[in-house]
Amino acid sequence: MTQPSSAPSPTASSATAAHATAAQAPDASEPASAEPLLQAVGLTKHFPVPGTGLWPARRDARPVLRAVDGIDLTLHTGESLGVVGESGCGKSTAGRLLTRLLEPTSGVLRYQGVDITHASRRELAPVRSQIQMVFQDPYASLNPRQTVGEIVSTPLEVHRINPHGGRRARVLELLETVGLSPEHYNRFPHEFSGGQRQRVGIARALALEPKVIVADEPVSALDVSIQAQVVNLLQRLRRDLGIAFVFIAHDLAVVRHFSQRVAVMYLGKVVETAPRDALYRAPQHPYTQALLSAVPEPDPPSGERLDVGAGRIRLTGDVPSPLDPPSGCRFRTRCPRAQDLCAREEPLPRTPDGAEPGHLAACHFPGVN
Amino acid sequence: MLRFLIRRTLSAALILLVVSAVTYLLFFALPSDPALLACGKQCTPQLLATIRHNMGIDAPVPVQYWHFLVGVFAGRNFGAASCPAPCLGYSFVNGRPVLQTLLNRFPATASVALGAAVLVLTFGVGAGMIAALRRGRAADKVAMGLALVGASMQIYFFGIVVRYVFVDQLAWLPLPGYTSPGASLTGWAGGMLLPWITLAVVNVATYARFTRSSMLESLSEEYVRAVRAKGLGPWGVYVKHAWRGAMTPIVTMFGIDLGLFLGGALITETTFNIPGIGKLAVDSVADSDLPMMMGTVLAASTAMVLVNIAVDACYAVIDPRVRAL
Amino acid sequence: MNPLTPVNPATVSSPRTDDHAAGGEPFLQVRDLSVRFATEDGPVQAVDGLSFSLERGRTLGIVGESGSGKSVTSLAVLGLHDRARTSVDGSIRLEGAELVGADEARLRGLRGSRMAMVFQDALTALSPYYSVGDQIAETYRRHTRCSRRAAGERAVQMLSLVGIPSPQRRAKDYPHQFSGGMRQRVMIAMALCCDPDLLIADEPTTALDVTVQAQILELLAEVQQEFRTSIVLITHDLGVIAGIADDVLVMYAGRSVEHGSVAEVLTAPRHPYTMGLLASVPRLSSAVDVPLKPVPGSPPSLLAVPGGCAFHPRCQARDLLPDDLCSSRRPALVAEDARDGRDGGDGHAAACHLGTAERVAFARRTVEPSESNDTRRIQGTNR
Repeated sequence: MTQPSSAPSPTASSATAAHATAAQAPDASEPASAEPLLQAVGLTKHFPVPGTGLWPARRDARPVLRAVDGIDLTLHTGESLGVVGESGCGKSTAGRLLTRLLEPTSGVLRYQGVDITHASRRELAPVRSQIQMVFQDPYASLNPRQTVGEIVSTPLEVHRINPHGGRRARVLELLETVGLSPEHYNRFPHEFSGGQRQRVGIARALALEPKVIVADEPVSALDVSIQAQVVNLLQRLRRDLGIAFVFIAHDLAVVRHFSQRVAVMYLGKVVETAPRDALYRAPQHPYTQALLSAVPEPDPPSGERLDVGAGRIRLTGDVPSPLDPPSGCRFRTRCPRAQDLCAREEPLPRTPDGAEPGHLAACHFPGVN
Repeated sequence: MLRFLIRRTLSAALILLVVSAVTYLLFFALPSDPALLACGKQCTPQLLATIRHNMGIDAPVPVQYWHFLVGVFAGRNFGAASCPAPCLGYSFVNGRPVLQTLLNRFPATASVALGAAVLVLTFGVGAGMIAALRRGRAADKVAMGLALVGASMQIYFFGIVVRYVFVDQLAWLPLPGYTSPGASLTGWAGGMLLPWITLAVVNVATYARFTRSSMLESLSEEYVRAVRAKGLGPWGVYVKHAWRGAMTPIVTMFGIDLGLFLGGALITETTFNIPGIGKLAVDSVADSDLPMMMGTVLAASTAMVLVNIAVDACYAVIDPRVRAL
Repeated sequence: MNPLTPVNPATVSSPRTDDHAAGGEPFLQVRDLSVRFATEDGPVQAVDGLSFSLERGRTLGIVGESGSGKSVTSLAVLGLHDRARTSVDGSIRLEGAELVGADEARLRGLRGSRMAMVFQDALTALSPYYSVGDQIAETYRRHTRCSRRAAGERAVQMLSLVGIPSPQRRAKDYPHQFSGGMRQRVMIAMALCCDPDLLIADEPTTALDVTVQAQILELLAEVQQEFRTSIVLITHDLGVIAGIADDVLVMYAGRSVEHGSVAEVLTAPRHPYTMGLLASVPRLSSAVDVPLKPVPGSPPSLLAVPGGCAFHPRCQARDLLPDDLCSSRRPALVAEDARDGRDGGDGHAAACHLGTAERVAFARRTVEPSESNDTRRIQGTNR
């Protein structure tokens, strides 16, 4: 789909590639490496919104919040996929769908070729141990009344796993892996700094030897000087343990550093997907371009101070409400390239002329600025 | 707002329906047989059957409940006694429709409730505000100490002691009791004084502590700091902004308490012999007057439901964020 | 965005002095500011000997991490700290007038009129109970004693100034009815309504998305150009500083560790902490296949600030200096030229024991990739 290696031919359009991949999935003769580890096709989550009328609205007229509205994402073994977007774009909901903490409204979610879109609790149990999540707020996601040892060994207890050498030994090993020391075992979360707490959260996610970790803004709550420590740790886990990562963040520079492929989300849709270098060097979607040019970088030009507006694609206005997204292309209300067509027709992801294969932009008028 | 009120009224009606059904089932499933009590010493099976029929308790319970509901809207007859339209039952003990008795008793209950509510709000909220603004200082400690003492008081103990000291011994306060304010305003206020003070003292404590913590929470809000950064003085900071934010939980609690008071302050009314709905409830239990018991329960739940609608309307006035819902 | 329309400063009744009335003294001068307060766990020195000055129409960026004392500093300038449990020493002079120890009534007169504050999160800093128009008008009326109607008109004028579409109608709306970016504009409109000379912005864009952040920073820069407002911008984001500030002050554990022009500090940092911060942040242009270079350790708790140089336990340049120098002696914040006995210079100062030669050696080393605990290969069989 979004991964060039999975498409049978580099010139095939994304739609054919999708069908081809889907058709090939159950084929046993297919080499294991070509099958995506985690694949979302048209994944959608609509949240019902409490009505304000006297009587409950009819089912089809009920207002819904379109948090995630038909996204395609593919994650291969050991790969890191970055998901970027601003608040309210649905990236966190997407993360919760990929880990099946939420059940999709529609679309398909496959893990190692098995459809887990609507899998029951029991069917999910083995999958859950392989797809873990790391949360943004290390203060809120750790039980303050449990010691670090208890927190990290909880997944082992829940999944009734008795590792060789005992749970305690395994937990100590995990603490070492994430850069904590054995004496931290009996301490409580409040005794730790933010960075250390995030390490505890990561150790907990590692306890079941997952193949995938979905990290939702794992560093944005941390002090600047600490963020790099945690990014390096995650990088090392990917490299040495072969864990595939979905790295959800709003910080484009951090995502660039961590991810091999990047998906940009806007108002519940993926507007652009590309290998990292292509996306950052030659972004095709005007939203990606605006995002990139808005990133403040700590480098003043020599001499005089920066003119804030210089060389930026400045977006006007705010993100529209996901309760009532614009027709056609959702970005058109803020897009400098918008034309009549954009209001009428929703742009489908396609590879723009001159872009490299695997670079998809959902735009009627893509192009490098 | 209108839509909100209609919706709330409909749900209130539903709540009352459920409450009446549950009380009906509970009370009429009781083993005591009111007909047997009414039949007296020279009871014959025929007489008993007649009384049963007149009381309307010869049918199965669901059918009885249906008759009760019909009676609410259309009125009904119990033997020779008639019970006109909003009929909530007929008391065979005092020989009058239940609703009539309830309405007779309501002014006394309302007098106790509203007077006590005014005192509670004035002194409770006032003390809590002072304590919050003087946090950690003497005024805070005194106010909270008194609040603790007040909160540990029980009406039947505190009321009786106060009555003994201030009425019986010192004669500073008039005897508690109910006089219609139409007949004598001073007599009414004098008789109510003791119940008001008693009910207030016990509840003021809760309000003072609640107001204090709610105010402290509100004072720590960022927008209160922002109001100070705008250069506003104490009135603007504490009253206009901080208090506005602290009000919501207090209105919630006040709603519950006012609902309880209006449904009849059982202990206060009994302690001071005030002929209100609370006393009526206690007496009807003593008399095994089932229809009257049900009537008092319904009255209490109606008071609670109505006050709650008022509280919800207050939320919308206080907090614009609620208006959107 | 609407063009900035000039407002008439004469409508503000607070006394105004000419720019040079104070006789050469900087517009805002903070000297040796110390803020201490008692907490449940013990006394805390949140700000320790801080000095800086700010001229009319300039922007000073204060950078620091959690617990660096940057927000406490801003509260102390406005006198918004809890007076009962906080002690403030040193001097804060606004156009020559001392603010430390000034009585509350006088400070109240200055707050909101001469000096105003923009808070981080407009959703919590605006009262949810009053319309935004009322909240702006309230500030204006407090300082001008004008009629309700005039204040209402001023509110609409301010909303239009900060680029809120249909300001007449939106003035009646409540904060929760605005988007994040528009809410921050409202906050700025409220801070500007009495035409203040000093604007303190505490993380004004941290709660916002990057595209909206760019809009807000631009608005602040426009306002400054129009009204010659002096801005103190507090942030943890060096990128924001680069975009808007003239000078920058780097704070660590309540102390100023580096101070200088933005160009100087960001391109040729002199304190190992500043160097570390700059090196740890990934850029859109930095190499991707090498690990990031984090500052080891965590910021210290203010309850237990390390002795000597507060940064020494995390400092990677410590091996360049004699054993116990950094842990025993607290370095003063001095300009390098001054220390070398030279005159003039650019005022770029750092509080570090490193001499010029050692600093250059260290700076060269931080450019090269390092091996930290998080970049070593994971040993043993984890799977």
